[in-house]
Amino acid sequence: MTPERSNVQVAPPDEFPVIGAEYDYGAVTETFSSIVLTRPTPREWYLGFGVGFVLVTVLLVAATILFTVGVGIWGINIPVAWGFAIVNFVWWIGIGHAGTLISAFLLLMRQKWRQSINRFAEAMTLFAVMCAGMFPLMHLGRPWFFYWLFPYPSTMWVQPQFRSPLVWDVFAVSTYFTVSLLFWYLGLIPDLATMRDRAQNRWVRRAYALLAMGWRGSADHWRHYEMAYLLLAGIATPLVVSVHTVVSFDFAIGLVPGWHSTIFPPYFVAGAIYSGFAMVLVLTIPIRKIYHLEGFITLRHLKHMGEIMLATGLIVAYGYLMEAFIAWYSGNIFERFMMWNRMFGPYGGYFGALMLFNVLVPQALWYKRVRTSVPALFLISLSILVGMWLERYVIIVVSLSRDFVPSAWGQYAGTIWDYLTLAGTIGFFLLGMVVFIRLLPMSSMFELRAIAPRGAGADASAR
Amino acid sequence: MYGVMAEFATPERLLEAARRANAEGYRRMDAYTPMPVDGLTEAIGLGHSRVPLIVLLGGLTGCFGGFFLQWWIAVLDYPINVGGRPLNSWPSFIPVTFELTILLSAFAAILGLFALCRLPWPHHPVFNVPGFERASQDRFFLCIEAQDPRFDPQATRRFLEGLGPQGVMDVAE
Repeated sequence: MTPERSNVQVAPPDEFPVIGAEYDYGAVTETFSSIVLTRPTPREWYLGFGVGFVLVTVLLVAATILFTVGVGIWGINIPVAWGFAIVNFVWWIGIGHAGTLISAFLLLMRQKWRQSINRFAEAMTLFAVMCAGMFPLMHLGRPWFFYWLFPYPSTMWVQPQFRSPLVWDVFAVSTYFTVSLLFWYLGLIPDLATMRDRAQNRWVRRAYALLAMGWRGSADHWRHYEMAYLLLAGIATPLVVSVHTVVSFDFAIGLVPGWHSTIFPPYFVAGAIYSGFAMVLVLTIPIRKIYHLEGFITLRHLKHMGEIMLATGLIVAYGYLMEAFIAWYSGNIFERFMMWNRMFGPYGGYFGALMLFNVLVPQALWYKRVRTSVPALFLISLSILVGMWLERYVIIVVSLSRDFVPSAWGQYAGTIWDYLTLAGTIGFFLLGMVVFIRLLPMSSMFELRAIAPRGAGADASAR
Repeated sequence: MYGVMAEFATPERLLEAARRANAEGYRRMDAYTPMPVDGLTEAIGLGHSRVPLIVLLGGLTGCFGGFFLQWWIAVLDYPINVGGRPLNSWPSFIPVTFELTILLSAFAAILGLFALCRLPWPHHPVFNVPGFERASQDRFFLCIEAQDPRFDPQATRRFLEGLGPQGVMDVAE
């Protein structure tokens, strides 16, 4: 069906191949299943697990105090009622978008280089969306009533207001999580069967067998499987775009200067992809080093991700430029003040840092030397992750703190609990990723077999 | 007896064997491979998948059901007058309609796949074949089933042995 699945293809000779020339079907299977089943767990894994565990503990403490005392422990106030919680929500959900984009959009675009990274990029999506989802729930004040957000026959005879973007957001994010989980599990089934067939321990084998549901790789199954996978990719691609569009509606539909702008949906989606690919690089670079996967995650992958970051970064920079231009061109005094205040007001430092981390530093990606340098890519990705967090901070906090009437202005700063909660979700994300790497094959073995170079070479000699 | 199974080292040999078996008149057969093999569906003689139809039905259900849910809530069950604007303010209902279309399509794709493949199916006769665990790793298997009208334990075995396999095994029921 899709050419990249064809197993008679040889990777074209290339400066940076998609997959090292020495890997055949057996080597693909051995490499990724042995990481889980036989190879000793590397020391770095324990380090990641330890850091993640400590930070998750911090998250639990912060959440416990939050639920006991209330959202007053955070820095939020009136007028800045959204603060860190919504900054972090938008940041995390944006990070998640790269995973779906790699697995779905690049599949539709027949990009063979997605095969090595799609599985853990999708896992990244799941954990990032979980982190994102925590924030609006904690921000509710009474999180135990979260189900009031859904339409159900309640004894209070009330229903959600479907004209509100916040209700759209509930549906967008919960659909996104569900579909990402289904897509991820669908991609795992053939690999779970491989794990079942390779596991030595009886209970481990049973656990994988249960999850693989008796997959036997029959031609009859593959024809349905490939079609279902392709269709899920086809529906996941517009879903990603819709999710961050709806997130941007949370702002754009409000009247606050700095929010009420039609450029928000495209520039939010581009920003989401931008930060998501940065997070994929931040994860990929240590993983390929620790597990010696340089033959599967080659410089080709890193370079392509750098190119995507450069392209989406330019769209984001264009968004900043247009916001400033429209603020001036509109002649609206509130818009002009918003822009002036954003650049030179009390939060001007955040804006300067945003320009540095998100616009200036990534311009280094124009150079191929930088795009093929692993440490440079790692540092630029970190810069983008910080920059994208600052972007949401500038949009939310600066706009809310100075709206129309000066008597309603206020000042905002995150408290220690805001920072600890953010750190806690980073730990949750890290813990999720390291546990995933330990328990499941981190790359899609069945899709890598289809592009394994020696598969075709070995056949020629067998004939 | 469930059938006779041959093991091949490469997808090309499996494809060739499947085509020859089809030409020989065998219809009840299946291949087991560690990844999708281009052209195998046709070589075995299987038709198109019906997953797309199921996904379409799921998507339509989500689309119309989702819109109806919002319309029913906003117009009939819990009407709120917002500055005299129409209760059926349908443009505001599009995002949730879209999300529910996607959600139900995705569930239809997964559940439709499981139903068409009859999964979960933990105990299948092919799992009894020694060495079958390589079907999920690096070997390619073709099984001609005993239900085929042309099946004959001896003749079918000889036919498969003539296709250049790594080995031919009986599959016990």
